[in-house]
Amino acid sequence: MSKRDRALGWTLLLGLLAAVPVFIQSGRWIDFLELTLFVAVMGQGWNILGGYGGQYSFGHALFFGTGAYIQALLQFKLGWSPWVTLWFAIAGAVLVGCAVGYLSFRYGLRGSYFALITLAFAEAFHVLARSLISVTEGGRGVQLPLNQDPGQAVASFQFTFANPFLQSYGFYYTVLFLFVLACAATWLMERSRFGAQLVAVRENEEAAEALGINAFRIKMGSICLSAAITASAGVYYVQKFLFVDPGIAYGPGKSVEALFAPIIGGLGTVLGPLLGSAFIHIVGETSKEAIGHFVGDRPGLDLILFGIMLLLVLGYMPRGLVGLLETAWMRLRADKDGPNA
Amino acid sequence: MLEVTGVSKSFGGLKAVAELSLQVERGRIVSLIGPNGAGKTTAFSLISGFLKPDQGRIRFEHRDIAGFRPHAICRLGLVRTFQVVQPFATLSVLDNITVGAHTRIRQRKPAAARAREVAELVGMGAMLDQPAGALTVAGRKRLELARALATQPKLLLLDEVMAGLNATEIADIVAVVRDIRDTGITILLIEHVMQAVMSLSDDTHVLSHGRIIAHGPPEAVARDPQVIEAYLGHGAAKRIARTRGADRA
Amino acid sequence: MELLGIEIPVFSWQTVLGSAVSGVFLGAIYALVALGLTLIYGVLHIINFAHGSLLMLAMYMVYFLWQHLGMDPYLAMLVVAPGGFVFGYLLQRGVIGRISHGKDEIILLATLGISIVIENAALFLFSADEKSVQVPYDLDGIDLGVTYVVYPQIAALGGCLMITAALWLFMARTDTGRAIRAVAKERQGARLVGINVEHIFAISFGIGTACVAAAASLLAPTYAVHPQFGYLFVLIAFTVVVLGGMGSFTGALLGGLIIGVTEQLGRLYLGESLGLITISAIFILILLFRPTGLFGQRLSQ
Repeated sequence: MSKRDRALGWTLLLGLLAAVPVFIQSGRWIDFLELTLFVAVMGQGWNILGGYGGQYSFGHALFFGTGAYIQALLQFKLGWSPWVTLWFAIAGAVLVGCAVGYLSFRYGLRGSYFALITLAFAEAFHVLARSLISVTEGGRGVQLPLNQDPGQAVASFQFTFANPFLQSYGFYYTVLFLFVLACAATWLMERSRFGAQLVAVRENEEAAEALGINAFRIKMGSICLSAAITASAGVYYVQKFLFVDPGIAYGPGKSVEALFAPIIGGLGTVLGPLLGSAFIHIVGETSKEAIGHFVGDRPGLDLILFGIMLLLVLGYMPRGLVGLLETAWMRLRADKDGPNA
Repeated sequence: MLEVTGVSKSFGGLKAVAELSLQVERGRIVSLIGPNGAGKTTAFSLISGFLKPDQGRIRFEHRDIAGFRPHAICRLGLVRTFQVVQPFATLSVLDNITVGAHTRIRQRKPAAARAREVAELVGMGAMLDQPAGALTVAGRKRLELARALATQPKLLLLDEVMAGLNATEIADIVAVVRDIRDTGITILLIEHVMQAVMSLSDDTHVLSHGRIIAHGPPEAVARDPQVIEAYLGHGAAKRIARTRGADRA
Repeated sequence: MELLGIEIPVFSWQTVLGSAVSGVFLGAIYALVALGLTLIYGVLHIINFAHGSLLMLAMYMVYFLWQHLGMDPYLAMLVVAPGGFVFGYLLQRGVIGRISHGKDEIILLATLGISIVIENAALFLFSADEKSVQVPYDLDGIDLGVTYVVYPQIAALGGCLMITAALWLFMARTDTGRAIRAVAKERQGARLVGINVEHIFAISFGIGTACVAAAASLLAPTYAVHPQFGYLFVLIAFTVVVLGGMGSFTGALLGGLIIGVTEQLGRLYLGESLGLITISAIFILILLFRPTGLFGQRLSQ
């Protein structure tokens, strides 16, 4: 795909997403798009470390949860403005990323060992969040007070009692904004020296070191950026639902959600997480409609399908949906140019 | 330029390199030869920072570099290639070389431009968009060389860049190595292909069982009885001398 | 007593010993679950994330055999262990081996994918409700003075020792065992001498799964099963395996006991909830400082 095609495609895509309120009023569809974008943001966070850096984390909830908890607790305990706390939430997650990264990479943990240690850290935080009741409110979770003053909607980063537009689309635009930021960061990274070196480390750490790359520092940079993006999803989550508990924050669910989208969409690509997220949620929703018709509303079906899709992509589509799309595009191009050439 | 003094390294009980000393002077092509298992690649790993010497001193441009990490040594201008080539398999040839170029050039465009120049120099100008994983052995060896070269080294350590190549390919790469030297880069190479060693190097060190057993211009070294014995076994030098004597008579 | 500003309660030695002894029995259960995992790691050098969900699945099978056929959970072992073998064999041969193309990072993600599928299939089919086998003897036991142990706990400890011994004998004495060890040690070499490596991989995966199924029948009288049951155990099982040295049976046994005792003491001193942090803490410390485990001996040696 040429540079111009890509730029055109992105402009079109983002333009469409930004114009959504013009042609979609259904709350259900907005919810669907919000969920897709939310998972795409988390996926982009995972993608930076896992897709570009080749370090597969099984505990990305660590960053989501830390962001979410700091965001919730600073408001709940100290009454700070959510616009202030969000910086602390992101910084806190980056700090956790630094600590985990420092320990893992300094001691040379790779591959399965890295996956295991991230999982172990997420679980340790899970236990802490449940146990340190005086700090985290324990298993009950943190419930933020609902602000009922419409004039304060923006200041309190809550849109339930805002004007109708904000009420319907406030969080949609919040998550869209985060998504654009995450993609921009990834895109800039891909084109920078840091990105090139990160990919080199993924492909062959020893050769990268021989070529003057400080692999440790590169991996640290990658885990910090990854943590920041994933934490921003945690901030969004808390503001939207005004609630977080240990299971939501640090349980395995979010860790798994974060890796589905980029792997199915296409590892190490800017578009992958969105494509993957959109695809799995479309499949999830339609299957619920189709099968739920016969068996009633039972949980688990969507994740069964996500798991199967993951296996199929791993086995038969190493470059994910992006790879599929690129092949299709090339074929289309070839067909179109064929007769003239 | 490079000064290795009394460097030793053991693995378990086995001494891979013992009291290794060698010098490489600026602007020359120096070779390190020896039978299989002599410790040549270990010596490279020690010099380039992949292994830490148990004892001894490694000085590069009057700076003690023993114990430095490989990336730091590379930034000082000493870079190695690997005997078992290690391309970034999913990246294109150009991107592989650009990674090397980025070591000195931060911006993407100038780094890529530099990578193109280097690719031309090693004769890979036509393969820029191929994925590195799809290259032939000869192609991979060149890529290994190009990547290292793109880091703008002062001293280049080449670990068997000719192994597994056919005669034409060897002749090509010998020319490339000479061109590299002519751009002012000093070269230390490990090689098994003797005709290449003979035609390229100004100076040769012979390593056997972890020790340097001979050192000098390649023609002289090739006649050294100790060297012949190291390669062909005990008593070989005498046998050869005898046959030569018989030929003459 | 106070340590770093945290109030540490003081207990009588009987209480501490009682905790430690019940930790030994708990540890036996952990070791039991970890045995199959360590075997799979030792041979295939892969981390099998699906291990916990395979345990959960086998627990459901035991439950259904009991509920519909009235089969005693211990007797059910005769059904679920062979069933586990076949399932594991097919899983490795038909799914993991086929999609991984021998790449470790794909195997890792594939076993994660499988665990997600199994877990949610259980959720979809059996709902999130806890299911437990009721046996008449589940509360009978022996008073050891410092603590009371029930017969199912004793059976688990005995079963754990027996399965360890059986695995050890199997690996040491049978041709298949020898072939497995050959593959574990030198994959390419084993292939060269004519061993069907894919078959041996699948056999090992099958045996590992059979072990975890046997563990399920030993666990069934004391634990209620639910779809997320495996997740509780998977981290513990990994800790045990890493602690004991990946691929070592005796290591798994000792590792299990250490984790069991540490967890019980952790619960005693830090409280029921925070006490669980000891497992993650041990896991992290071992991974960082001694990834070859405390008992570095491996299956291949």
